[in-house]
Amino acid sequence: MRRLVLALLLALAPPVAAPVATPVVAQERIVTGISTDNIALSATFEGTEVFVFGAIRREEPLPEEAGPLDIIITLRGPPQPLWVRRKERRFGIWMNTEAVRVSRTPSFYAAASTRRLHEILTETERLRWGIGMDQAVRHVGGHPAIDDTRPFAEAVVRIKEDEGLYARMDGAVRLMEETLFQTTFTLPANLVEGDYMAEFFLVRERAVIHRGVTTITVQKTGIERWLYNLSREQPIVYGLLAVGLALLAGWLASYAFSAFRLARR
Amino acid sequence: MSIYLPVAEVSVSILMLLGIGGMVGLLSGLFGVGGGFILTPILFFIGIPPAVAVASAANQIVGSSFSAFLAHLKRKTVDFKMGGVLLAGGLVGSAFGVQLFTMLTRAGQIELFVSLAYVVLLGSIGGLMLYESVGALRRQKNSNALLQPRKRHSWVHGLPLKMRFRTSHLYVSAIPPFVIGLIVGVLAAILGVGGGFIMVPAMIYLIGMPTKVVIGTSVFQFLFVTGFTTVMHAWQSQTVDVLLALILLIGGVIGAQVGVSLATRLRAEQLRVLLALLVLVVGFQLFLELVLQPDERYSLSVAR
Repeated sequence: MRRLVLALLLALAPPVAAPVATPVVAQERIVTGISTDNIALSATFEGTEVFVFGAIRREEPLPEEAGPLDIIITLRGPPQPLWVRRKERRFGIWMNTEAVRVSRTPSFYAAASTRRLHEILTETERLRWGIGMDQAVRHVGGHPAIDDTRPFAEAVVRIKEDEGLYARMDGAVRLMEETLFQTTFTLPANLVEGDYMAEFFLVRERAVIHRGVTTITVQKTGIERWLYNLSREQPIVYGLLAVGLALLAGWLASYAFSAFRLARR
Repeated sequence: MSIYLPVAEVSVSILMLLGIGGMVGLLSGLFGVGGGFILTPILFFIGIPPAVAVASAANQIVGSSFSAFLAHLKRKTVDFKMGGVLLAGGLVGSAFGVQLFTMLTRAGQIELFVSLAYVVLLGSIGGLMLYESVGALRRQKNSNALLQPRKRHSWVHGLPLKMRFRTSHLYVSAIPPFVIGLIVGVLAAILGVGGGFIMVPAMIYLIGMPTKVVIGTSVFQFLFVTGFTTVMHAWQSQTVDVLLALILLIGGVIGAQVGVSLATRLRAEQLRVLLALLVLVVGFQLFLELVLQPDERYSLSVAR
């Protein structure tokens, strides 16, 4: 990581001769870094923090009239189709009565920014780049019997926020000297395997002027990975293995305790 | 220290799982009950998805019943022929139960169904236990009177398809044991229980099997039925978490040994009242979750 930071500083240092006559916005680019690009979901995984940082590279010094600079960083886990069910009271019992399918929703979504999103971005730009919770949970399937699917989409965000899987992090990006920036994402223990995409947006005058992307791979490792894959790819073999292991444990137990009892006599 | 369960996809404290396994094992050692009926609801309470809790509990029972089966085999208290009839029914019941389970999971009603079934089950078992143990406390001396087989002719003995069961000294129709096995098989598949609380009294009262061989024969049936159920769940609903099952098993084995040695020193009748109350409390908790307005009316599940 130290090498990366050094490389970033080097990249920033030399004020290279600038190409002329390009608008100010196009001359700023984002250089990104991340503390890890691989997270192992091992048996004892209890969640982790990911430190995300970067710098803004400029070909020439900033003109005086440039508006405020903002950064948005989003982290998006692999998409999942979901069933959202609503309980209602029937015969005195709370039971699931209505269900809505959301075809694609990120298993994890966090949006960190220097200020509140609507202060930084125009609504058109926000929708264009798909930033924000409402943009994470789209594609909510309709149902003839359900007039309004909005409460279902809101429920997805609410429940995922409670589980630490979705996060709004307004003001969580720290920008220093209009050049260096950083934030920290907290990933909970109940992560889904797959590629997590970190998107960096450089914002000036309420519009995105440059976007950078890096990915983090989250993988189950070791015995966890092996067992999970076996349970999905060879379910019958997995079932037989589960029975075999239980038998072995049962046999070992009775063997160990009969030896123990003999020893006590 | 937490452990990430690969199929349940949740992170749980390993000590808590060992403790739960140990407590259930202790109960089974003390009272000679399987404990599956209390294990599965406790797994719901700690946040294991119900479908995973049921299927993994079945996997756990494979291990604990194998251990018990070996002990009964040594004492020659297994009626293999009767066990075979019970098993035939059990396999049919389990296959049906797993289909029902997957169907209800797809419909999003499995949680409700399992909770309702447990409320009924725990309510009636707890109630009966309380009634019986309070009665036993009053009678004190003759506490086993209820477990005496009734050697009298009932409608059961009028049924066709009679078979001779030498180990049990019985000549009865194969239909009642087949049906009892079938019911127990369905329960194993949808509730993750062995089913001793139904099989043992049914075999004694309905069929008149000698108490001596009932438990060994039942354990023989549970072993194969829960093994079959585990494979079926792994295949059809893919909700067996072998790591969860093994940790519970380790706790359970230790707890059971402690329970057996405690049972010789403690007054079982008084403890039985406590067990009955525990069962009733767990059942009541599940009941409350069904009737009280939930904090969150919406729930999410990954669509396949």
